[in-house]
Amino acid sequence: MATVTYSKASRIYPGTPRPAVDQLNLEIGDGEFLVLVGPSGCGKSTSLRMLAGLEDVDAGDILINDRNVTHLPPKARDIAMVFQNYALYPHMTVYENMAFALKLRKTPKHEIDRRVKEAAAMLQLEDYLGRKPKALSGGQRQRVAMGRAIVREPQVFLMDEPLSNLDAKLRVQTRSQIATLQAKLGITTVYVTHDQVEAMTMGHRVAVLLDGVLQQVDSPRALYDRPANVFVAGFMGSPAMNIKTVPLSDKGGRFGDVTLPLTREQLTAAQADGGGNRVTVGFRPEDTDLVGPNDGGIPITVDLVEELGSDAYVHGTVALEGQDERFVVRADPRRTPRLTEIVYVRPHVNTHHAFNAATGLRI
Amino acid sequence: MDYDFSEDVAKIWPALLFIGGFVAVVGGLLFVLDILPRWGKGKERLHMFGFLGPALILLAIGLVYPLIRTVTLSFYNNTRGKFVGLDNYTWIVTNDDTLIMLRNTLFWVVCVPLLATAFGLIYAVLVDKARGEGIAKSLIFMPMAISLVGATIIWKFIYAFREADQEQIGLLNQILVWLGMEPQQFLTSSPSNTFYMIVMMIWIQAGFAMVILSAAIKAIPAEIVEAARLDGASPWQMFWRVTMPSIRPAVVVVTITITIATLKVFDIVRTSTNGNFKSSVLAFEMYNQAFRLSDDPNGEGRGAALAVVLFLLVVPVVVYQARQLRKRAEIR
Repeated sequence: MATVTYSKASRIYPGTPRPAVDQLNLEIGDGEFLVLVGPSGCGKSTSLRMLAGLEDVDAGDILINDRNVTHLPPKARDIAMVFQNYALYPHMTVYENMAFALKLRKTPKHEIDRRVKEAAAMLQLEDYLGRKPKALSGGQRQRVAMGRAIVREPQVFLMDEPLSNLDAKLRVQTRSQIATLQAKLGITTVYVTHDQVEAMTMGHRVAVLLDGVLQQVDSPRALYDRPANVFVAGFMGSPAMNIKTVPLSDKGGRFGDVTLPLTREQLTAAQADGGGNRVTVGFRPEDTDLVGPNDGGIPITVDLVEELGSDAYVHGTVALEGQDERFVVRADPRRTPRLTEIVYVRPHVNTHHAFNAATGLRI
Repeated sequence: MDYDFSEDVAKIWPALLFIGGFVAVVGGLLFVLDILPRWGKGKERLHMFGFLGPALILLAIGLVYPLIRTVTLSFYNNTRGKFVGLDNYTWIVTNDDTLIMLRNTLFWVVCVPLLATAFGLIYAVLVDKARGEGIAKSLIFMPMAISLVGATIIWKFIYAFREADQEQIGLLNQILVWLGMEPQQFLTSSPSNTFYMIVMMIWIQAGFAMVILSAAIKAIPAEIVEAARLDGASPWQMFWRVTMPSIRPAVVVVTITITIATLKVFDIVRTSTNGNFKSSVLAFEMYNQAFRLSDDPNGEGRGAALAVVLFLLVVPVVVYQARQLRKRAEIR
């Protein structure tokens, strides 16, 4: 049971000019499941390892339960971590792997036994306690790694891409298991992933990082509905949002003959901060309708149709200002357009997102 | 230059002819194997014998025949002499000098592998990820580059003895004099002289142990070490519960390799004491009996018997090592 606070925490690797993690401010509540997400090299793993004590903190502080742990060694922080490749001790059995930390703490034998058995039952590992890791499948190893963290009953769980070595089906299954387990145990959890679907489905809140800088931290819903900047808008959601920088008229953003309306405040904000006469507008593939030629849609030449069963995604291009721009829209899977056909895309009213063309911030 | 090379050139010809002949035979063999059998089943078998044959023949000439000859000789008193049964072996286990020799060999085989591996391991752990690790490791590894004879001569200077009234030239005795003690004759008093020679061997072998063990330590995945740190392992616990189990196969291989080298040690004894002062060891005594004391009518037979004993001691160690290597290959 603990809270975690990053206070202007920075990590600068020697010999690199740019911080790997730049003045990270983050408050994680007691029992919360927080997901750190971002593209590779964004500093999410580094942030996690700073909390674990495996990485130095060059500036700022990290607090667990209001106790400053910035310069404490890992073992003094009472945290457990699940690694991407599980990092099981190859010479120990499953039981010994899970009991190791407790044994080092001189926990009484019957207590160790009780906790290991309990965790094994929770993770369906009872039949494998006597095996060595190399005799287990990937999914079983992953569960042992989870079990090793659970028996510790730590203040905070840290998970560094624990699902990325599993196959797609097992990943989805384990994803829900971890979320359920975390809810049951109620232990504060920080989870790192590069997969925005994992982030959306598991996190109570999601923190998006880019180039070591925190972009936005919010609930998955809010992140999806109100992305704070162009990067978050493009990163969250699959297929990605259609984001284009287009000329600004006195009504809104102009996609050729079609204008997506903006409010008076948005128009003012778009022109501020060097935005000039352009504005960045985005709309999600599902926030569109395919309409008739005269209903005010953007004309798109279809060049690819993805059938997913429940949905179909239509990819196409349109020439805007002499450049071919790509769009993706969701369509009824039973009435998909043919290739090279021209379809007319009309975004739903007031579901599009507008950003300042120069700063990329939401307006 | 007034040196006449023409005679040397004439001497080189046979060597060139030999090399050329070797290349011609091997090349011809490969060529024949390549073009000859384009048919059926016999092809693979023919290839197998074609490639293995030359190596097997050379092994038979260089290894198998001498082995048989040596074992036979060990039951005779000398090459032209009479059959003596097990007399040579009886001599080995009853003669006072050979018993001392066997005892010395035991000291060597117990001390060198254990201490060299231990020093190498401690050093590898201490310098791991330290600043200047490369230089520190080179310093320990360098003795490996010196020949055993050269190394022994260096140590003989360190152990050198002069009478107390003279100026000492040996480092160790000079230190003793500075400390107000009498200079010692390190290499002439038994049994301690054996241990002073063992120090030389450890000095040489510790570098080898260190390099192999250091590589094994670096091969431990970083995440496992990190997981152990998060689990709360102290450096001591880390070493015994994570590092040691992970590098155990490397420790075994290093210990065995040094054991084999130690069983066969010859150069150090030959250069330090020439086997005098009760400092002889098995490999040295074998040479001594067979070749230096060949005016002794029993010398050749005894030397052969000692060679057989040495062989019998080395074989199980080699077999064990081969097994270990195979086991490791299976794990991967």
